[in-house]
Amino acid sequence: MDRPLRLISRDTIAGSPIDALARTIEALLVITSQPLSVEQLAEATEDDAERIETALGLLGERYREGRSGIVLERAAGGYAFRAAREAADACGRLFERPVERGLSQAALETLAIVAYMGPVSRPEIARIRGVAADSTVASLVERGLIAEAGREAGSGGAVRYRATPLFERVFGLDTLAELPRLDDLGEDAAAIRERLLEVAGARAS
Amino acid sequence: MASAVRDLELDLDAFEGPFDLLLTLVLKEQLEPAEIDVAGIVVAFVDGLAARDRIDLDACGEFLVLVAALLEIKARQLFPDEGAELSELEPEEAAEELARRLAEYRRMKDAAGWLRERLTAERDRWFRLGPAPLAPRVERRLAPQDPASLAAALAGLAAPPPKVSLSHMALRFPPVAQFLERFRAVLRRRRVFDFDGEVVGLSRVEQAVAFLALLELRKSGEVALAQAGPFSPIRVSCPVKERIPQWTVRSA
Repeated sequence: MDRPLRLISRDTIAGSPIDALARTIEALLVITSQPLSVEQLAEATEDDAERIETALGLLGERYREGRSGIVLERAAGGYAFRAAREAADACGRLFERPVERGLSQAALETLAIVAYMGPVSRPEIARIRGVAADSTVASLVERGLIAEAGREAGSGGAVRYRATPLFERVFGLDTLAELPRLDDLGEDAAAIRERLLEVAGARAS
Repeated sequence: MASAVRDLELDLDAFEGPFDLLLTLVLKEQLEPAEIDVAGIVVAFVDGLAARDRIDLDACGEFLVLVAALLEIKARQLFPDEGAELSELEPEEAAEELARRLAEYRRMKDAAGWLRERLTAERDRWFRLGPAPLAPRVERRLAPQDPASLAAALAGLAAPPPKVSLSHMALRFPPVAQFLERFRAVLRRRRVFDFDGEVVGLSRVEQAVAFLALLELRKSGEVALAQAGPFSPIRVSCPVKERIPQWTVRSA
């Protein structure tokens, strides 16, 4: 959305083919319930990707926070409309959030493992968390935050799971690459080992 | 079991209720040990201790034994093969492996914390959630069709059914006896006559009754009937009298 297009005056665009393309994209984004990629929009409008991005730039200017109740956002590798943040309270009074409501600590830890390490199987999740993951995984699949992604190699291999585009959208991510780097999280093994040895030493003495 | 342990109320993902019930369910194999968050049990017990005035050492000892047993059962179930692998490691290597796993889990726990913060920060982002888009339908292409032939086919279905005739309800049947007498009279005058010739000019119902009368006469042996072929004229004649041997004294 941060394209040189913003420099183009609205006067020169109104009534131009780009404006017509923007209106068509606007219509497509209204009827969809999930983000549409530039490629999908190009295919539907039978136009080229560069012009699509130009038109999206126009729409981004038109549908932005503070200017419209509808906001165009980049999410899950595509573009989608959402409600303006100023309308959040009203939205909350009328609707529920079935996807993220009541996500437990266990569910969030499982989500993190699937998002970082996916495709990953339930036994692998259980090995990392130290708790069986069956019910948590089933709940996350039901919410649509994770989905099956093949099986582990070999006959009868365990089902593996990956994070879905809905996960990216709920957490406001364009791609999974926007998650913080694992190296920046937690303590490293050496520090933990030091602490373990300290505890063991204290007990021995 | 000490009451502090027995009455310990738990609220875990997999179980909600008193600690002694949880142990009973595990021993009866009605609850998977792998499903139980042991750390949650310990936290609940420690919270319970903090709320009391004095520490019940008996209860603490008993709790430690029970939780250790629970941990062992759970560990054996979770890592049946890896347990053997770990036991083969040197203490240094085992500590290294344990530290590596703890670090891995700690990173995921922090990542979960990041996700929770993110969820809170994005709480005022609302967007449409709906069903998956409709799958594209394959268009069925038909051969060129003639509307006139379709109309003709439908016309046959649209035509009202023929009206059921009730005319037979009003038919009057002449008595069979009338024709019996008539045919007997003809036979008295002529030995042979054609049925068609005698009934010409009569209605179809009268012809049918006349035919019944003819069959009646044939049944009683008063006439003989002959017909060269199907639908040929029916010839009516007096029957040839059979020769009935006379009983004589001599023959007897």
